[in-house]
Amino acid sequence: METIGLNHFLVVSAILFSLGIYSVVTRKNAIMVLMGIELILNSANINFVAFSKYGNYGLGGQVTALFVIILAAAEAAIALAIVLNLYKTFTHINIDEIDELNS
Amino acid sequence: MNDIILVNISIITLLLPLFGFGLIIIFSKRFPKLYMAGIGLLIINFFLSVVLLYAKLSNYISQDINFQFTWIDFGNVPVFGNVHIDLGIKIDNITVIMLFVVNLISMLVHIYSLEYMKGDKRFNRYYAYLGIFTFSMIGIVIANNLLMIYIFWELVGLSSYLLIGFWYEKKSAADASKKAFITNRVGDLGMFIGILIVFTTYHTFTFDSIFEQISNGVLPFDSNAWLTATGILIFMGAVGKSAQFPLHVWLPDAMEGPTPVSALIHSATMVAAGVYLSLRIFAMLTADAMLVIAVVGGFTSFLAATIAITQNDIKRVLAYSTVSQLGYMVMAVGVGAFQYAFFHLITHAFFKSNLFLGSGSVIHAMHHEQDMREMGGLRKKMPITYAAFIVSSLAISGIPLTSGFLSKDGLLAGSLAFAHLTGHWLLPTFGFLVALMTAFYMFRLVIMTFHGEPRNKEKYDHAHESPFVMVLPLIVLTTLSLFFWYTPNPVAPEQGWFLSEWVHTPESVVPQETRFDFMKTETEGVTESAVAFSEEYEHAMHWAHIPTLVLSLLLGGLGILFAFLIYHWRKIDPDELAEKLKPAYLFSLNKWYVDEFYEATFISGTLKLSYLLSLFDKYVVDGIVNGTAYVTRVISTISGIFDKYIIDGFVNFTAFLSGLLGLGFRRLQSGRIQTYLVLVIFSLIILLLFFEPF
Repeated sequence: METIGLNHFLVVSAILFSLGIYSVVTRKNAIMVLMGIELILNSANINFVAFSKYGNYGLGGQVTALFVIILAAAEAAIALAIVLNLYKTFTHINIDEIDELNS
Repeated sequence: MNDIILVNISIITLLLPLFGFGLIIIFSKRFPKLYMAGIGLLIINFFLSVVLLYAKLSNYISQDINFQFTWIDFGNVPVFGNVHIDLGIKIDNITVIMLFVVNLISMLVHIYSLEYMKGDKRFNRYYAYLGIFTFSMIGIVIANNLLMIYIFWELVGLSSYLLIGFWYEKKSAADASKKAFITNRVGDLGMFIGILIVFTTYHTFTFDSIFEQISNGVLPFDSNAWLTATGILIFMGAVGKSAQFPLHVWLPDAMEGPTPVSALIHSATMVAAGVYLSLRIFAMLTADAMLVIAVVGGFTSFLAATIAITQNDIKRVLAYSTVSQLGYMVMAVGVGAFQYAFFHLITHAFFKSNLFLGSGSVIHAMHHEQDMREMGGLRKKMPITYAAFIVSSLAISGIPLTSGFLSKDGLLAGSLAFAHLTGHWLLPTFGFLVALMTAFYMFRLVIMTFHGEPRNKEKYDHAHESPFVMVLPLIVLTTLSLFFWYTPNPVAPEQGWFLSEWVHTPESVVPQETRFDFMKTETEGVTESAVAFSEEYEHAMHWAHIPTLVLSLLLGGLGILFAFLIYHWRKIDPDELAEKLKPAYLFSLNKWYVDEFYEATFISGTLKLSYLLSLFDKYVVDGIVNGTAYVTRVISTISGIFDKYIIDGFVNFTAFLSGLLGLGFRRLQSGRIQTYLVLVIFSLIILLLFFEPF
């Protein structure tokens, strides 16, 4: 058994990123898309923390991760407000049907 | 009295009728009674002309008044030198007499028309036309130069055209007016050329200075022949206006105009303008020119008299008699009987306008019937008209105690003296034959109209003497047709004041070798202007006096006798006579076929020529135009096709291409954020793979 190293973190992060991308790209529900974004952000956080732990960069990565969490919270608040407005306007939140700018 | 006053009066008499014309033309819509102003102006004009006549003949009898000013100054023109055009007025004795006659007859016609033209829908216009006619005629009379005469000459032609065609709804009237105008134009062309020759030679239009230069030996193109030609060319104007052969055809047709117009224009004044012009240029006529003039006049008078014999329309008889009498006057000019030509002009103006106004009175009474075969017996119904007719007919036939006798006798004597001196016996022969025929046809007219039984009972019953305004001119003119106005001795005109004091033969100015023998001055510089020509001529006139008197009396009486024999007592049946002399009768009835001849040659020739020209126009000119149009069309079709398929093709292809590209690219712009995202990710991956930034 090998000790858990940087590569393990990076792999988890990559899987998480991919899942997030997949969720953002394929889901129709706006909430799900938001959840995908959260996943991407979190995968980035894992990267930051992992590089902070194994790299020679000081604590900058961990601080950035904290900023990202705060940012994600703010983003979620704004995005949910947008989604609520979307629902008010269109009575649904299927983003592939919201193509008013297309024509 | 200052002579400038006379000039001013004459200018006023010139302008008053023009003023009347303008007034009536402009304001007659608002004031329908405005024609009275025209009559009033003419009456003023008449009194002015009487003043002029009196003043001239009492104070300036042997002095001509000339008034002249420069109209246009061209300055120094290359080739010609100094050129300036003068207008001016010359008042000599024949001017004032002529002015008096024109104004008198014009005034009488104005008054007469008041009744004759009553109820015409263009009544005011009629008076306006009479006004412009009077204006132009006075212009001819007082002019002292050829240019002014030419201007007013054309104006007279215009007013004549307007008045002949006054009832233009009638086709015959419209045709007659055109015929008159065009026929006159032919003569005017010659006159115009003559005037141009004069101007290029003498650089002036004024008679006096032309004559002065001729007497100084300046000739057109330095040749006597050209002087003769110039005289004849200017005389051509007179041929047109005075209806001489071969341009006489318009005058009888001009009878389509209202009868008072015929009286004023086509017998008394306008047609006299031609004779007046010949008298004005008398001094510059050479022997050859005079001979031409005499022959034209003599032949015209003979031709017209033969035609007048058989005509049945009362106005046509008078028309041909006018042509005939004008021929007399022209012949008198040609034979050198200047005084008698002018004298006959005046007396003829009076008795012929009297005859025309009388015939107008008859026509009026017969409700516009002009055929003499429908008349007869009117003597009892219309005594004053009858009396006027009788006196005038006696005058025109040359019976003593009338004015016509004096002048006609004189000019026949002139022609006889001329024949005696030069051997041209044809002229007096024509003259005396015409005298016979004149008496015959005039009394034929009088008898057919006034004597015998009425042939149209219905019209006869309605006939009545004309009202006062129509009778008054007849009375005035009838008295003027008597001898005592002109001479105290009814058989010797030369003793009267008219010929001995008022009218003098002007001295000829042409070179001696181009004159008739009898007109040559014996000694250089010594001339008595009171005596016509030479002593030789005086002797000849004296010799001709008695034979003429006897002959003309005899022939006149014979003519009247024949007329009575045939038409009154019916000793000879006119129809039988006509049947017996059928070719001659038809020849005369059809006016010597002159009209037919013109129809067959000039008129149809012109028509054919214009047809040919129209063909040329249609096929050649139009062909060129249409060909050009066709070529242009073909070229534009080709360029249209180029435009449509090539240029438009490019444009459309570009548009099509853009459309196609757009169609492709618009798929990208789906508006779906997820698609964009996928694209972004893939692009990123591709970029990363390509550029390998690590």
